[in-house]
Amino acid sequence: MNKTNNLTFECETGNYHTFCPISCVAWLYQKIEDSFFLVIGTKTCGYFLQNAMGVMIFAEPRYAMGELEEGDISAQLNDYDELKRLCIQIRRDRNPSAIFWIGTCTTEIIKMDLEGIAPKIESSIGIPIIVARANGLDYAFTQGEDTVLAALAQRCPSNDIDELKQKQGIAKLHSPLVLFGSLPEVVVKQISLELKRQNITIAGWLPSSQYISLPNIGNGSYVAGVNPFLSRTATVLMRRKKAKLISSPFPIGPDGTRLWIQKICDALQLDSIGLEQREMEVWEKLESYIRFLKGKSVFFMGDNLLEISLARFLIKCGMIVYEIGIPYMDKRYQAAELNLLIETCKEKKVLIPHIIEKPDNHSQIDRINDLKPDLVITGMAHANPLEARGINTKWSVEFTFAQIHGFANSKYILELVSKPLIRNTYYQQLGWKKYI
Amino acid sequence: MKLAYWMYAGPAHIGTLRIASSFVKVHAIMHAPLGDDYFNVMKSMLERERNFTPVTTSIVDRNVLSRGSQEKVINNIKQRDAEEKPDLIILTPTCTSSILQEDLQNFVIRAAQETSSDVLLADVNHYRINELQAADRTLKQIIEFYINKAKEKRTLNNIKTPYPSLNIIGAVSLGFHVQHDITELKKIFHDLNLHINLIVAEGISVRDLEKLPQAWFNFIPYREIGVLTAEYLRKELNMPYINTAPFGIIQTAECLREIATLINNLNSSTLVNYEDYIDVQTRFISQSAWFSRSIDCQNLIGKTAVVFGDATHSAAITKILAQELGIIVLWAGTYCQTDEAWFNEQVKDWCHQVIVNDNHGTIAKLIFEYKPDAIFGTQMERHIGKKLNIPCGVISSPVHIQNFPLGYRPFLGYEGSNQIIDLIYNSFTLGMEDHLLEMFEGHDPENIIINQSNITWSPEAQKELKQIPGFVREKIKMKIERFAEQKSIYEITPEIMYIAKENS
Repeated sequence: MNKTNNLTFECETGNYHTFCPISCVAWLYQKIEDSFFLVIGTKTCGYFLQNAMGVMIFAEPRYAMGELEEGDISAQLNDYDELKRLCIQIRRDRNPSAIFWIGTCTTEIIKMDLEGIAPKIESSIGIPIIVARANGLDYAFTQGEDTVLAALAQRCPSNDIDELKQKQGIAKLHSPLVLFGSLPEVVVKQISLELKRQNITIAGWLPSSQYISLPNIGNGSYVAGVNPFLSRTATVLMRRKKAKLISSPFPIGPDGTRLWIQKICDALQLDSIGLEQREMEVWEKLESYIRFLKGKSVFFMGDNLLEISLARFLIKCGMIVYEIGIPYMDKRYQAAELNLLIETCKEKKVLIPHIIEKPDNHSQIDRINDLKPDLVITGMAHANPLEARGINTKWSVEFTFAQIHGFANSKYILELVSKPLIRNTYYQQLGWKKYI
Repeated sequence: MKLAYWMYAGPAHIGTLRIASSFVKVHAIMHAPLGDDYFNVMKSMLERERNFTPVTTSIVDRNVLSRGSQEKVINNIKQRDAEEKPDLIILTPTCTSSILQEDLQNFVIRAAQETSSDVLLADVNHYRINELQAADRTLKQIIEFYINKAKEKRTLNNIKTPYPSLNIIGAVSLGFHVQHDITELKKIFHDLNLHINLIVAEGISVRDLEKLPQAWFNFIPYREIGVLTAEYLRKELNMPYINTAPFGIIQTAECLREIATLINNLNSSTLVNYEDYIDVQTRFISQSAWFSRSIDCQNLIGKTAVVFGDATHSAAITKILAQELGIIVLWAGTYCQTDEAWFNEQVKDWCHQVIVNDNHGTIAKLIFEYKPDAIFGTQMERHIGKKLNIPCGVISSPVHIQNFPLGYRPFLGYEGSNQIIDLIYNSFTLGMEDHLLEMFEGHDPENIIINQSNITWSPEAQKELKQIPGFVREKIKMKIERFAEQKSIYEITPEIMYIAKENS
């Protein structure tokens, strides 16, 4: 395969496997504790969620399907009445602070006017209704979160920061900083602590653990994304909320985290404190992993948009990346991350891997057969068949659910990556490599 | 619109894909948006499938929405044909694509002209039928297609085998213990000198289907998938069929007797008699009849149970509990609403009440109201049981990966009876053990764990600690305390917790 010294983007057929974006419900309902998610779709959507959520489904999740029946499709039933009935039922049973409507492929096709109906039902039942179109016609997997956060961003109060300061007489060291992207509470605290070391106080998170405590974002606010798949949210924050976006690589791996914090310090006009030292210390702790992973090759089939950041970090660790498959590439939102990828490749004296947008899984498997990478990062549909052919795999979805952000969690990324390779060294003693 | 949290039977296209992926060299192409190919994940995970699932998607995206699929579907069919050379390609619409009302049948006709494989459009209505009904229909559709094709080509082999023979219809991927059941059936039929002509569909090619009529009769182990095909073959080719599943000792004997009668009616020159076989198997090979007699089982008499699952398994387990073990079945239920009459007929004499419902909330309420000693149901009932502290044996789909065991676990036949009795007995004894432990005030873990550290936890840290899942909390707590001790820190704050975590 030919690789170059420049970034090259290719686009294939888009016949690839990924999770439906409605899967964001699984982590967002947990994150936003007073929410309720209503996915308006068909049995197919329900079946996917039921299976993808695994045992979570038995924990009485604050989510449900608004399952469309034949009468809904043929417009024999009135959308407004049906949705209102369901929302009243939800209010009675769960009493959430906000109901999120997740639009699906079907609501798109039958052109159900969710955005139009929501404000009417909202005012009649007295619970905010946020509409996000997280459908498989337009989006892949983690982009579902992006659609929800973009919708949620519009609900944030947006008082002008300077006015607010004057009114309340607040004198702060720096302009207010709001971070966007849903992370587990533990990681939120770790990152807050990390920024506290730089004398930065986070003014709020989008989303926060409570709908009722949405952060104020207005003219004069700075915002920074923690995940590479949040381009729509970033756009809404900039255009609608007049916030300033801090463009940087994402806080994944010690290299990404250091630059992310540095860019925030720069934007807030603060001198960073001991940041390089902090990064060095983390790298030292990763030494044993890096020694093990160095020179081993990786192939990203692409399904969750974390691929660029992960590939960049793994290249920095001395791994060789053959291909970065990715569902969708926002070159503007990911600009700083792409630049860091180029720099990292230069520094490590390796060629820049191909970036394949909307990949074709069939062709990818052909390439995998040719290249025989040490590790393929892929979805569960391909993992077992590849393993049976003697190719090590790591299930890509784990990167979305594991704690991977910030200095403290860098090691978990390498743990995930090393696990199949370490396991393989045991199995080599058995002598069997192929199981077909 | 219906508020739904859980479904027992999946959407229609899952049924079609289960049939398609059971045959070899059959490829399914879903006409669906991105992310609808979740079937591949299930097949690869649950069945630990070594091969790539022969299902691809012709993606419906924004462009398709505005301009129609046009050549896209046809090109995808042609590409699959060229690359994989399957015998048959099945174009499978999903709920979403079916409302686009594209003329998929036309695509199929056009594509078929340019492919070496046959091409079919799965004929299922996504808003009216579920996974099981769709599987039943698709299987019939494929068989009808190949029977007709063989008729046209005059290759249909209508000459019966010289010795008694049968087709087993209903071996389908992702079925509950289906592979083990089929192995068990093979063993029994081998013992009885009954020749198995074809097993449909797991592992056979659609080209084999023209051999179907050679068998003397068809055997349909399950209610849900195969009956439509059997009916079709009865009408079309005059093939009789048996749909009594050999579950448990009594019903297995009944099933084998039905087979003997059928064979003897078909050909009076070779009379068969399975009574000796039934007798030896029941008394000595299988342990379950003896178990019913043994004193262990006396303790089960009068215990109460509820049963819920697909029609086949729920009815069979109900009968085993009541007939073979003397357990009181408070209610027996199924989510297969279309099979209500059959189910009712099967279980009405063996339980106090018959429930036909596919709402898990209703089922949970019923379990709560009746408070049985044990539940036999699906994964959902297992979790309901967990909440209510009632043991549960899983007897039917939908199931998780633990119900695709590596070991040999048939539910059918004589070995199946053993397995079922183990499952039933273990469920009840577990419940009893818990109950006794509670009576004698339980295990006493407090006396085992001795806490001698002089480290205190700040209220915030305690709160943080509570966030950690219970099963690892104690371990993490110890690790953090050990770290703190080494650093001579005596009060744990959240900050210390993070530093400890980072350094662990």
